[in-house]
Amino acid sequence: MSDTAVQTKEVTPQVSGAPVAADALQTRLDAMRLPAGGFTAAARADALRRLRDMGLPGPRDEYWRFTNPRDFNAPAPAPISVPEKMQDSPLFQDLDRLKLIFVDGEFDAAASDSLAHEGIEIEMLAQADEVADHWAKGIYGSLEAAGQKPVNRPFAALNTVASRDGMLIRVTGKPSKPVHIVHRRASEDADVTWHHVIRAEEGAELTLLETGMVGARSNGMIEADLARGAKLNYIGARQAVHQKLELSHIFARVESEAQLKAFVLSVNGTLMRHETIVDIVGDDALAHVAGAVLGDGNDGPFHHDDTIFITHGGLRCESRQVYKKVLKNGAEGVFQGKILVKPGAQKTDGYQISQALLLDEHSQFLAKPELEIYADDVVCSHGSTTGAIDETALFYLRSRGVPKERAIVFLVLSFLADALEEIEDEDLRGQISDRLEAWLTRHENQ
Amino acid sequence: MLKINNLHVKLEEEDKQILKGLSLEVPAGQVHAVMGPNGSGKSTLSYVLSGRDGYEVTEGEATLDGNDLLDMEPEERAAAGLFLAFQYPVEIPGVGNMTFLRTAVNAQRKARGVAEMSSAEFLKAIRAKASELQIDAEMLKRPVNVGFSGGEKKRNEILQMAMLEPRMCIMDETDSGLDVDAMRLVADGVNALRSPDRSFLVITHYQRLLNHIQPDVVHIMSNGRIVKSGGPELALQVEEEGYGDLLAEAG
Ligand SMILES: Nc1ncnc2c1ncn2[C@@H]1O[C@H](COP(=O)(O)OP(=O)(O)O)[C@@H](O)[C@H]1O
Ligand SMILES: [Mg+2]
Repeated sequence: MSDTAVQTKEVTPQVSGAPVAADALQTRLDAMRLPAGGFTAAARADALRRLRDMGLPGPRDEYWRFTNPRDFNAPAPAPISVPEKMQDSPLFQDLDRLKLIFVDGEFDAAASDSLAHEGIEIEMLAQADEVADHWAKGIYGSLEAAGQKPVNRPFAALNTVASRDGMLIRVTGKPSKPVHIVHRRASEDADVTWHHVIRAEEGAELTLLETGMVGARSNGMIEADLARGAKLNYIGARQAVHQKLELSHIFARVESEAQLKAFVLSVNGTLMRHETIVDIVGDDALAHVAGAVLGDGNDGPFHHDDTIFITHGGLRCESRQVYKKVLKNGAEGVFQGKILVKPGAQKTDGYQISQALLLDEHSQFLAKPELEIYADDVVCSHGSTTGAIDETALFYLRSRGVPKERAIVFLVLSFLADALEEIEDEDLRGQISDRLEAWLTRHENQ
Repeated sequence: MLKINNLHVKLEEEDKQILKGLSLEVPAGQVHAVMGPNGSGKSTLSYVLSGRDGYEVTEGEATLDGNDLLDMEPEERAAAGLFLAFQYPVEIPGVGNMTFLRTAVNAQRKARGVAEMSSAEFLKAIRAKASELQIDAEMLKRPVNVGFSGGEKKRNEILQMAMLEPRMCIMDETDSGLDVDAMRLVADGVNALRSPDRSFLVITHYQRLLNHIQPDVVHIMSNGRIVKSGGPELALQVEEEGYGDLLAEAG
């Protein structure tokens, strides 16, 4: 791992690979029911134009070299069977929270809590989009559009074009409980797209949890706009059904003194790509993004890709990227993470670590860490490691009588600890940790 | 209790013989010390007895209460009553001391067919033992050995030993890196555990620990073998004269 008080410039030229044929995109679009949009109409039209310009990604695209986009490009996902009973009980169910249910990407008001709560205004995109004007108009599709430079993100544009529903949350105060989005799946071939917009006003604070089972294929997005001093804690944890194709996007704009903390847990999944794009535009702001991934190829093919891009545009801001992947039986992990420090963004403190723990020789981890720095008074470090279970630590635990498989569970949890530390709330962290442990225990002997 | 006979051990990865016909017997209730220059194979002996990978036994045997140790997995040896206090205790971030130790205690109990300890019982027992060793209750909640001083790590080893109640304790240079006060705490902890059906093999480079833990027998080890055994006076001789004369005399 390199610790550099840097002036390094690692500029990667953009290779624009041959776009996948335009008719493939048309077929993809034809397979969807595209909304016309009310207040989002202009943003959707703009996104469609951008999408046609960039086309669907091909394996030769610089940022799709490690992840084959074929299944995301396909007009429809293969149907998958929904198990009768999940192995894990739903997360956070004993928590005092505002529970909002989405079924195949559409809000289910009857199953959800009332939207009215102090300090927060919640509406649903499907209804709100019937009118021509809305506070979310300036945000919907605009953070996404801004995040398309310098790297094309066609599925993000597709999301803006195609999302029918999602939440529009305006946080004006400090709501007393977290908002918890729970996804449910109704049909076996659901190809689901949703788009949340969050605007946290000055000094407002929100904890947002997103869990549950998404469709056979999903493309989710959060656009989060944090005003001065606002704080957003996000924890995403999708349920463990193995066969799923999952794209997710977080686009955040962070103003002065605002704080974004995002943690995503991924267990199982055939093909997943999580993109997190954070634009720090003010001074003294903070952005921490983290993820923990567990993949076992014995459950089926497993490929998980975290693609992160953090831009520092203000003074004295801090960013951290902490990504950990535990891979076994041929599971594949990818990390592409970048810190861009713009000219004048002095006293930036940027940190990035991506690590994989390979539990056998068949699994693999590919990492592409990047720093691009145009200010001279900054501290940025990045490191990436791939390793196996530490034999000395394993022996230490076993010499105390801890059986080997159990000792490995301890060491995996130990490996993931830094990423989990990024979850501020101790109770939430404990629940995520229990979930990890349950998965590890189930996968001990396979 | 512990019987080692003509033990020959080489490294698995390279053709290097480290133990070259080592024999040793520790009867129940006794404390034996093993002293020897660096590189003589003391740590290797402790690792081979407790089952660490990377070593190959080419000849000889080692038994605990008549059971073949060398055939067992490390955790089976622990359940059979063997404990190794490490020369360098390992740090395990993200895993609580308490969680780890309770898992270890209950895994051993389960292996022996004894009822597992409840959280409350465990908590009570560990608090009592920690306070005897002057281990802060806060330390118990911290991750295993993370941020512990050298002395704290060694005391934590003794705490684990006290909780696991092994029959045969091997201590590898538990005195290294300890100041006088810390060493006394460790020695008191060990002395408190002495009993007619528990034995100790205390590996040390220096005599000073043996002022606090009185050994019944002292063995001098050199180049993979025990070259001389005697009473506590042997340790004093090492202290005064160094290993030179002793080893020369032993040939
Ligand atoms: N895993 C290993 N790889 C290479 N050499 C080793 C290994 N373990 C022990 N040795 C060598 O074996 C000899 C004995 O080492 P050790 O048992 O640590 O001695 P002591 O504890 O008495 O200082 C030394 O020469 C050491 O370098
Ligand atoms: Mg040694």
